[in-house]
This record gives sequence, C-alpha cells and structure tokens, in this order.
Amino acid sequence: MAEAPQQQQQQQEEEEEEEQPSSVEETEADEESEEEAKESVHTTPTRPLLSMRSMSTVDPDDDSPNMIVYRKIEDIVTLIQDEEEGVPIRTVKSFMTKIPSVVTGTDIVQWLMKNLAIEDPAEAMHIGSLIAAQGYFFPISDHVLSLKDDGTFYRFQAPYFWPSNCWEPENTDYAIYLCKRTMQNKTRLELADYEAENLARLQRAFARKWEFIYMQAEAQVKIDRKKDKTERKILDSQERAFWDVHRPVPGCVNTTEMDIRKCRRMKNPLRVKKSVYGLVEEGTQSQSPIHTPSHHCRKGTKEDVEKEILFLNTQIDRHRMKMSKVAESLISYTDQYMDYDQFVTAQEPANPWTSDDPSLWELEASKEPSQQRSFSSENLRFWLAVQDMKRRPQQDVAQRAEDIWAEFLAEGAPSSINLDSHSYERTSQNLKDPGRYSYEDAQDHIYKLMKSDSYTRFLRSNVYQDLLTAKKKPETEQGRRTSLEKFTRSVGKSLTGKRLTGLMQSS
Amino acid sequence: MGEMEELRKEMENLKDQITAARKTFQDSTLQEAAAGVTVVGRVQLKTRKTLRGHLAKIYAMHWGTDSTLCVSASQDGKLIVWDTITTNKVNAIPLKSSWVMTCAYAPSGNLVACGGLDNMCSIYNLKGKDGNVKVMRELAAHTGYLSCCRFLSDTEIITSSGDCTCVLWDIETGTQKTVFAGHQGDAMSLGVSPDFKYFISGACDFTAKLWDIREAECRQTFGGHESDINAIGFFPNGNAVITGSDDATCKLYDLRADQELLTYQDSSIMCGVTSLAPSKSGRLLLAGHDDFNVNIWDMLKAERVGVLAGHDNRVSCIGVSSDGMACCTGSWDSFLKIWN
Repeated sequence: MAEAPQQQQQQQEEEEEEEQPSSVEETEADEESEEEAKESVHTTPTRPLLSMRSMSTVDPDDDSPNMIVYRKIEDIVTLIQDEEEGVPIRTVKSFMTKIPSVVTGTDIVQWLMKNLAIEDPAEAMHIGSLIAAQGYFFPISDHVLSLKDDGTFYRFQAPYFWPSNCWEPENTDYAIYLCKRTMQNKTRLELADYEAENLARLQRAFARKWEFIYMQAEAQVKIDRKKDKTERKILDSQERAFWDVHRPVPGCVNTTEMDIRKCRRMKNPLRVKKSVYGLVEEGTQSQSPIHTPSHHCRKGTKEDVEKEILFLNTQIDRHRMKMSKVAESLISYTDQYMDYDQFVTAQEPANPWTSDDPSLWELEASKEPSQQRSFSSENLRFWLAVQDMKRRPQQDVAQRAEDIWAEFLAEGAPSSINLDSHSYERTSQNLKDPGRYSYEDAQDHIYKLMKSDSYTRFLRSNVYQDLLTAKKKPETEQGRRTSLEKFTRSVGKSLTGKRLTGLMQSS
Repeated sequence: MGEMEELRKEMENLKDQITAARKTFQDSTLQEAAAGVTVVGRVQLKTRKTLRGHLAKIYAMHWGTDSTLCVSASQDGKLIVWDTITTNKVNAIPLKSSWVMTCAYAPSGNLVACGGLDNMCSIYNLKGKDGNVKVMRELAAHTGYLSCCRFLSDTEIITSSGDCTCVLWDIETGTQKTVFAGHQGDAMSLGVSPDFKYFISGACDFTAKLWDIREAECRQTFGGHESDINAIGFFPNGNAVITGSDDATCKLYDLRADQELLTYQDSSIMCGVTSLAPSKSGRLLLAGHDDFNVNIWDMLKAERVGVLAGHDNRVSCIGVSSDGMACCTGSWDSFLKIWN
C-alpha cells in the first residue's frame, strides 16, 4: 500500500510520456497553422500561444475559475519545457555536487517576454510570479514561491503534483511528509523553523495515531532509498514545492484558496479526499462546509426553455440603433466629462487625499453675506442645493426640484443664477418630468462658471488672504469673534462632512 | 428526438435570428469610431491611503454618495464604515454571520446593508437615536447566498443571489416586492442605472440581463462571455453596460444598439475579473483581478493604459467615488487602498 504513491507517480509519468508522442504528432499536423501564426506574429502583435490548441491536461469541461487559469498556465509550462522551443534546462556543476535539471530565473523571464510577446519585463515578472505561486516551477533553495530575474535556479514541477489535480492534502499526509524529512539524515532536508513548529503541532493533534503516521513515514523513506540519487534530488524538491503550495510559509499567500461562492459548484462536491501517499482513510471524513452539495444545479427545465423562447421572440424585432450612432454618443459623453475626470486630468483645487490643506474647505464657510454677492455665492448655493436634492429619497426629489427652480431660476427668483439660454431651455424641459438628474446640465454650466470666474477671483481676494492669515493668529485673539468667524462657524457646521473639493466638482 | 430537443432547437434558431438582426446594425465598431480620439496616455495612480483594520479577506466595498465615506465587508465578520480621508473607522459593526459576501451604502447615508452565506440581506441603521448601530431588518427569502445588494432608497433595496434570482424588497415591511427570475446560474453581481429605473445583473450562466424595476421585466439579455460574469456596472450615462468575467475579459454592451461594442482582453491577463468600475467620464475602466492587480483600460480604444499593483492577494472589490476623485480597492490581503 505504501508503494502505491511512488507507483502512481511513476505511472503518471509514464502516461505522460505515452501521451507526449501523440501530442507531438498533433503539433506536427498543426505546424502549418503554427507557422502561419508565427508569421502573423511578425506582422501584427498577436500572441503565438493564442493560436495553439490547449495542451493542458485539465478537463475542458471543468470550468471552475481556478481551473481556467491552470489550463492557461499549463499551456505555457508545457511549451517552456519543450526541448526545442523551451528554456535551456541543464545540470549545473557546483562545488562537489551536480544540480540536476535547473534553469535560471533570467532565462524564464527572457523566454516569457519572447514567447508571450511581452515588451515590459515587469509584466513578464508578474506572469512568472503567478505561475511560480501556483507551484508550476519553484526556486530550488527557497520555500517562498516567487520568480527573480537573476541567476537563481528554478526547477519545474512534476505533473503529478500540479494543482489542477485538485489535491487537497490532509494533515495526515503533511505529518507523514514532515516526519519522513526528520528521518533522513541530509542537510538539505532539514526542517525550517515553521515546519518544525507545524510538526510539533501535528504531533499533538495526532497523538493517538502517531504510530501509524510514523510507520507510513518509514515506509516512504524505504521507497525513496531505492531511487537513483539524482532522481531523488529532483523528486524531493518537487515534493517540497508541492507542500509549499498547500502549506505555505507563514506570510505567504495560499494560492489554493477558492472564492466560497464558486466552491459550491465544484465538479465533485462529495469528493473523497485523495492522499498524496496513497493512504486510504479509516472511518468517514467530515466534510468541510464549503463542500456541501449544491442545492440547485444549473437550470434547464422545459419551463425555462419555454420562457426563454417567449423572451427571445420579443427581442427579434426590437428597436436597435446603429453602432456608429451609439459609438458617437459614447465618445461625445467621455469627451464632455474627461476634463472633470480625476484619473485623466488632475483636478483643481487640490486633491484631499494628498493635500491636508483645510483652507480649501473653509472657503465656503468664510463668505460674509456682503462678499457672497460679489463672489456669486448664489451659484455655489445652487450647486449645493442640487447635490442635496440628488441624495433625497425618490418621493422628495420632485418637490425639491420645484423649490430649486423657484429660488434660483424662475423669473424674479430671489437668488437668480446666470444660465445661458440653451441650458435654461434644457432644464426647463427636464422639469416637466422632474428627476434626480434634471439639473445636470445646469450644474455643469454653473461649475464651469465658478471654476473660471468667481472662484479664481475669490482665491486672489483680500477676504481669502485674510482668512489664511487669520488661521495663524494666536489663541488670545480668538475671544473677539468677528462676524466673519461667526458666519464661518454656523455655515461650517451645516456643511460637516462635505469637503470643498467635492463641492467644486460636478457630479 | 423529444420535445426538449425540439424546444432547444427552436431556442437556438431564435438566438441565431437575433444575432443576424444585430449584425445588420454593425455599420462600424467603437474602435473605428474612436480612431481619431486623442490617446489617454499612461495612467499612473498612486496609493493615497491604506485602510487597515480588517483581520481577514475583504469581499466587498461600496462608496457613500458623499465621496468620503465608504463601507467594507470582511470575512472577519465585520462591516466597517471608513472616513477615507482621515482613515478613521466611523463604525465597526459586528455581524451575526462572518461569511459575508457583499455590502452596500444607502444614497442617503443613513443605512448600510450586507449579506452572504446566511442567504439574508441585513439592513443596519447608522443614524439610530442612541448612537448604536443596530440591525433594522433582516430580509430573508432567498434560497441561495446573497452575492450583491444595492439600495434604491431608504425604503427599497435590490439583491442578487446564488439562487439565480434578483429581488426588490420593501425594507419597512421586510417583504419581497418583485422577484426577477430568468438567469440560469448564480446571479453574482448587480448595478442600478443612474436614473434608478433599471438594474443590470451578471450571472454564472455567462449572461447579463437588463431589468425594468417597475414593470418587473427582463428587457434585454447580453451574452458572449465564456465564463461566469462576476462584476457588472453601468457606463456613467446609463446607456451602456460593462461586465467582467472569469474568462479574464471585460465587455462593453450598448443598450440602444442591443449588442456588444468591445471586449477588453490581453493574453497576458490570465486571471478572472472580480470587480470593475468606470471612471467618472467613462473614458477609463478599472478592473480588479485574481492576480492581485487592477488593470486600467481606455474604454474607447480597448488598450491597457495602466496597472495598479499594490495588493498582496486577490483584488475582490473596487469602486470609484461619485465625484470621481478617487478609486478604492479591497483585497483578500485584508486592506483597502485609496488611489488617484
């Protein structure tokens, strides 16, 4: 029974070898299309790998998100190890020993850049790190699975240990592994601190069946000893890399974690967990909560199809607009608002996440009634009123819209704002069916006005300059509250939470 | 063969007809039309703030409408309301169930909601009289996990669920007003239109659906993705829909053209899209991926113009504030980051 895993692994590798000739034949048949693909690489920036049939062993019907990624990675990993097209994997001589089957990080990065048509080395590093983190290749002298663009040596993982095999190794397997490491008298197999801690913890947890675990570990060691020295080095490192994926170094990301929303749709939710060392568990295992069978499989009942047919019938003759027209509409929208888009054009006034300058949002608070008129504060008040309206519950919006019209826009309005006739017309139309966005156009116009006119005037004004210097006045002088300060406090309170930069941006 | 076979044939036939009908309106492509538009150039955003406090994976975040507060949900069983400028925690709400998958901020700022494996949407009142944040309602009726929720107002909320349906709830009575059924797979994400009349949902049946809230009907369905749609959002003017999928691509669908305009993909992007948000003008699309990065796309030219690399684990959620000034990302590394 203990022989099983090694045999399994050998069998797997033999199977791989058997498969390879046939896949080679397939690629030969595809050579023409491959060459065409390569030609197109020269003329247009297409990526060669896209045109090749997937060589991954992942079942194409397995559509869980991790599997989709594994398939893509396995295509790359298969090609990168190809004798002709791949990286140079060699045995390196070092001191008294030979290091078999390794490749440098730089070689990997170079290969990725060339074969995935990547120009930026950082991007190649990103992809390489992703592949390493999943354990498809690993540094031979480090538990941390990352890629370095230097002479660090890497080795490729055996397909037996690939994550696409859905290993979810139990702690019993991990215990056997750590245990057997302690039995072999080799420096390269010494436990790292965190591994020693893990072993101690497992010994406590499995106190009752430790004898069983110990025996399994001994059996594994016995099998290992029969192997050729070089082969042993390779297999040991691959086994270690496997555990680095499933029992990562503290602080490293566990890449086998799955989104709980997707777990319930795994192909074999009732899967019996298989042992890396071929053990059959005595007694039943308790299922983890994420592996409960799905209560609802994909629908496909007759009723569903009938409903779908009814729906599709309504869609055939639906009104559609031409692509050119909608494209134009989208382009002009982005064009209109790009100037206000912080990620495209840096906005003024300063960004509150970078500047801690509070004077900007005291701007509003500082206006005395007399100053309000000369700096067109009715514009700002209109803008604020519309912002407020947009946040109201749906049933209040219509009333607020009417109020705003009466206050700011109607003939003889008390705080009449200056809108161009076009925006005025638009807004008046919008108000026939008042909604949250009836004033978008007007708000926009007013914002532009404030930005170009009244706000800039204010920044240069004496009032503002005084405000800045007033902040620096010592404590003693604050007893005398000027009307300016009184106004500041009362208006400031009512504006709590609204940052000026928010005020000055159109929404 | 059987009736089922016949029905499926009829369905496929209809789908082909629709595809053909859509084709007749393809007099151009968005890329062609945008050929003359000035390039955006490299977009480099910096991390301005890191919000630390969660102790486990963050699954969701949502901005408040004031553009400074946001709420986040983590599997440490907490909902945290953050002041993103000071990085202070305004509220830290302990949840009954730690398997939370979504959270939402009401437009009024008075309420937040969350839900997950408990199949319920829990509404919390942030502005309670005694200052304590308490559960106001527990909306229970879904038979699958709660994947997403969005408030229409303080009295109405829409949820999407692993039971393949979306539901409009009356918060006050705690009852379902409308059930939107039609998806053939888990509904993973939803977005509400700027005018609050429609919402869109993306599901594990690889389609996105546009729903009329008041008429309680599915108006349009969009396909094309090769795997689950995890994220969905409206283009800022409400006329187009953006989706993100496990097939590692994002797509733009126009509502009036009733078809796909663009696909955002790159063979060096291998990991699925978990979340997305358009920038304020709609020119840029920010997409969070399982490979720990956020990719920034020029939406008109379908070119990648930037990458946000700062998280040490999957980016699970992303949001652009309503004033467009900042983007917030949340990750399995337990941190939220503010970028601009």
